[in-house]
Amino acid sequence: MPTVSVKRGLLFQALGRTYTDEEFDELCFEFGLELDEITSEKELISKEQGNEKAAKASDVVLYKIDVPANRYDLLCLEGLVRGLQVFKERIKAPVYKRVLPKGEIQKLTITEETAKIRPYAVAAVLRNIKFTKDRYDSFIELQEKLHQNICRKRALVAIGTHDLDTLSGPFTYTAKRPSDIKFKPLNKTKEYTACELMNIYKTDNQLKHYLHIIENKPLYPVIYDSNGVVLSMPPIINGDHSKITVKTRNVFIECTGTDFTKAKIVLDIIVTMFSEYCENQFTVEATEVVFANGKSHTFPELAYRKEIVRADLINKKIGIRETPENLAKLLTRMHLKSEVIGNGNQIEIEIPPTRADIIHACDIVEDAAIAYGYNNIQMSLPKTYTIANQFPLNKLTELLRHDMAAAGFTEGLTFALCSQEDIADKLGLDISATKAVHISNPKTAEFQVARTTLLPGLLKTIAANRKMPLPLKLFEISDIVVKDSSRDVGARNYRHLCAVHYNKSPGFEIIHGLLDRIMQLLNVPPGERKGGYVIKASEGSAFFPGRCAEIFARGQSIGKLGVLHPDVITKFELTMPCSSLEINIEPFL
Amino acid sequence: MADSPVAELLLRRLEAADGGLDSAEVAAELGVEHQAMVGAVKSLQALGEIIEAEQRSSRRWELTTEGEEIAREGSHEARVFHSIPPEGLAQSELMRLPSGKVGFSKAMSNKWIRVDKSTADGPRVFRVVDSVADEVQRRLRLVQCGEAEKLGEKERSELRKRKLLSEVILKTYWVNKGSAFSTSISKQETELSPEMISSGSWRDRPFKPYNFSARGVLPSSGHLHPLLKVRTQFRQIFLEMGFTEMPTDNFIESSFWNFDALFQPQQHPARDQHDTFFLRDPAEAGQLPMDYVQRVKRTHSQGGYGSQGYKYAWKLDEARKNLLRTHTTSASARALYRLAQKKPFTPAKYFSIDRVFRNETLDATHLAEFHQIEGVVADHGLTLGHLMGVLREFFTKLGITQLRFKPAYNPYTEPSMEVFSYHQGLKKWVEVGNSGIFRPEMLLPMGLPENVSVIAWGLSLERPTMIKYGINNIRELVGHKVNLQMVYDSPLCRLDAEPVRSRMQEAA
Repeated sequence: MPTVSVKRGLLFQALGRTYTDEEFDELCFEFGLELDEITSEKELISKEQGNEKAAKASDVVLYKIDVPANRYDLLCLEGLVRGLQVFKERIKAPVYKRVLPKGEIQKLTITEETAKIRPYAVAAVLRNIKFTKDRYDSFIELQEKLHQNICRKRALVAIGTHDLDTLSGPFTYTAKRPSDIKFKPLNKTKEYTACELMNIYKTDNQLKHYLHIIENKPLYPVIYDSNGVVLSMPPIINGDHSKITVKTRNVFIECTGTDFTKAKIVLDIIVTMFSEYCENQFTVEATEVVFANGKSHTFPELAYRKEIVRADLINKKIGIRETPENLAKLLTRMHLKSEVIGNGNQIEIEIPPTRADIIHACDIVEDAAIAYGYNNIQMSLPKTYTIANQFPLNKLTELLRHDMAAAGFTEGLTFALCSQEDIADKLGLDISATKAVHISNPKTAEFQVARTTLLPGLLKTIAANRKMPLPLKLFEISDIVVKDSSRDVGARNYRHLCAVHYNKSPGFEIIHGLLDRIMQLLNVPPGERKGGYVIKASEGSAFFPGRCAEIFARGQSIGKLGVLHPDVITKFELTMPCSSLEINIEPFL
Repeated sequence: MADSPVAELLLRRLEAADGGLDSAEVAAELGVEHQAMVGAVKSLQALGEIIEAEQRSSRRWELTTEGEEIAREGSHEARVFHSIPPEGLAQSELMRLPSGKVGFSKAMSNKWIRVDKSTADGPRVFRVVDSVADEVQRRLRLVQCGEAEKLGEKERSELRKRKLLSEVILKTYWVNKGSAFSTSISKQETELSPEMISSGSWRDRPFKPYNFSARGVLPSSGHLHPLLKVRTQFRQIFLEMGFTEMPTDNFIESSFWNFDALFQPQQHPARDQHDTFFLRDPAEAGQLPMDYVQRVKRTHSQGGYGSQGYKYAWKLDEARKNLLRTHTTSASARALYRLAQKKPFTPAKYFSIDRVFRNETLDATHLAEFHQIEGVVADHGLTLGHLMGVLREFFTKLGITQLRFKPAYNPYTEPSMEVFSYHQGLKKWVEVGNSGIFRPEMLLPMGLPENVSVIAWGLSLERPTMIKYGINNIRELVGHKVNLQMVYDSPLCRLDAEPVRSRMQEAA
């Protein structure tokens, strides 16, 4: 969930009133936001870098507000204020307009070289904008928030904003060999080739995260103006030449990316949020973009879409009884201008370009419910009549757990993920013999594989509790995972029961007795007759030679029991003899 | 018969005495060690109301070993004085006497003796007076007779500085007859025996009283894990509410069921390598229900079922990627898909509680795997009000009654609501669960009828358990680093009863 920090003073000034922190928290809650933290720059710096560094920082109060991940229109002060003011019916939602310039329209041409790297670009102009320090900061911050969220860390979309007065159109969006791109990047004093830049930015804490997006491509994307000035090398860095400042009056915005829909949304969000500060408020100057296929498009789209939803559907989905007029009013408060049409039971809803999150009637229903107030909705119980069933495997597990505890064994709860070493090397096995599923992106060795046996987890539990009085008697009934090509995903779980006895003597007879008890509980008689169980001398790499038996029940092998091999005991950092039992309980369903 | 002769003697004395007795005095009179008398008092006390004894402490002066020697043989200075013959003694010889060094300087300062350094064979010591009074010996003898109070404070402290006297604190008992006083005490039986029962001798025998303030002996037994005890309770609650348990015994899931089927777009951050464990082997799901896959693909990339869709190039390869399920909602999706294949539609209530996996940064409250609790109701015409009503019943069974709902965003539910409850201890609203109505873009491609809504909610099993049992570090609860003592000591799980916090914390 993205967090937006805004200065409290600025926020209240824009809202035209002040709130106590509690009041504002309440308002956020109602609107689906969360006032996550009340802090200041000073506090933040002091927390991260110590009091010394914080001494000079501002102690202006900051609100950190959690915004739902799909509400890109609330990622800056401007949008938050607009959303809340409309919600509280203090202002009407503005209407965003795309206008053509009096003179020539700005033009961006996409060449076909971009196709394999970053094929899409959209652009627009904010004309006669008036920045202040705070507005400018918010403008930069919004781009950062968009980059981190909808733009997926610039992989899907990257934004470049430029001082149009320093440039001369038309612009070209193309792709070139890195060695052929040379320009002075933002905040540097000399020109570098793209190859040099990629090296320099490897140590840049912010930019290093974006290098991988184009690093291994033969061509890098780049935007030029008609004089060959580099506007930007997306998604890495803008040129220094066209950088915007607080004094910039005309801003050229380009968004390039691999996802056309998202590029359009990002551009719409930026221009709708900041056209507020243009001389003609909420108007945006169009830009023509010629795609590689020669087709010409005009951006920003600023598309208003109409949806018609039946009032009774909204009522039925929420569980309220409001008149269509009231519902239209509620929706209008959510930035969705609505009116009752037709026979009086239909509501026509206008979805503005700021609300890309509204993609279905259910999104409209939610907004009506939020405006109505979730906590005002009458609760009721559904009449759904059902007979409950337990999942048979879990039912058996629950029954067995209680009797295992009654037999004197204590329940462990160990991780399903572990290292290869745990399930293979430490048990004297080669990993290839385990049929284990392997994780491709583990951050540490603890998460290399899913366990194929419960034994390592219980032995590690004993190792972590060596100070406890002996004997230690543990059990666990849980799932293990192995590859199985007959399953749709190529792997399956098995429900295992594992028990260990750890004491000054191995206590094989105790583990053996436990097996007899389990079989008694499962109503499996001893003996080789069909349906009975026997144990037969066997061997296993984890067991002491001659002290291992395989367990057969209902005509199939279900597991092994025995005295653990001293090497296994040592590898799990244990010192006492130990006997264990592990069986698959699924044949007893 | 009393336990010991001393106790018997004490009882005799007590019978004869008018009022109470001091244990030290009786001991002195009877000529027994005081310690033996104290033992007798305690053993009589344990028998009930035979005697009443009140502990007292008194200070007493006693001679040190050196003090006793002086009381017997005289002070060092007196001994020096007496060892000097009229013709005097060579100082070197005098110094060799046992009391020589100390006695010499003391006798000098008392002006009992003098040293003549003019004699030919070294300094000689002579008496100055004819006889001396050994005041130190007299005083010590007074103390020895128990008459230390006859000495002044100053005199006592001087003797103490010379390490001849010491002050001791004596704990004594003031003993009185008890309400059941008797001089004939018979030996008490400790336990009832089979012989006593068969012979009936238990009728005439007194029994030693039990000490009910002592701890009992804990039974040796196995113990269930506290988190799984909570799991049992949650299962019970769902079953009481008529919810059927879904199969969740498949930790490995395809991206399709984990994300795509839930209308979670392929570029969603949750599908990032940083958040999800993907598999290297088996890397891909071989089988997917291709008809359904096509409908899902269309809904994502083009929309449909009244939706605009996400308008991106949906890729089958991405959907085939295997992973460790990040939520049990994948199992709910499978269950709802199965439900959708059954015609005609029958309403259903489902639940599950099982492990899920996240490739997250680990800390005191986050592990790479945890248990998710999920409830689902599918029926015609379910509303947000129904969802809230079910949540109210569910949380009431957990002992949580003060609920509040906050609008939220989940990729696969709309409307979505976070559930908050007021935490009395923390004095604030805390999030206790997440809920919503599944999106039509998820349900309709499965084949569920259009007017069927599915409400759902989820929460983690670990979080309420940690709050309930007051556990701050999740590693103490889950995984091999569990504190087994905590497992041994954990109480029953009664979610609707008072918190068991304090006891659990003691154990930890």
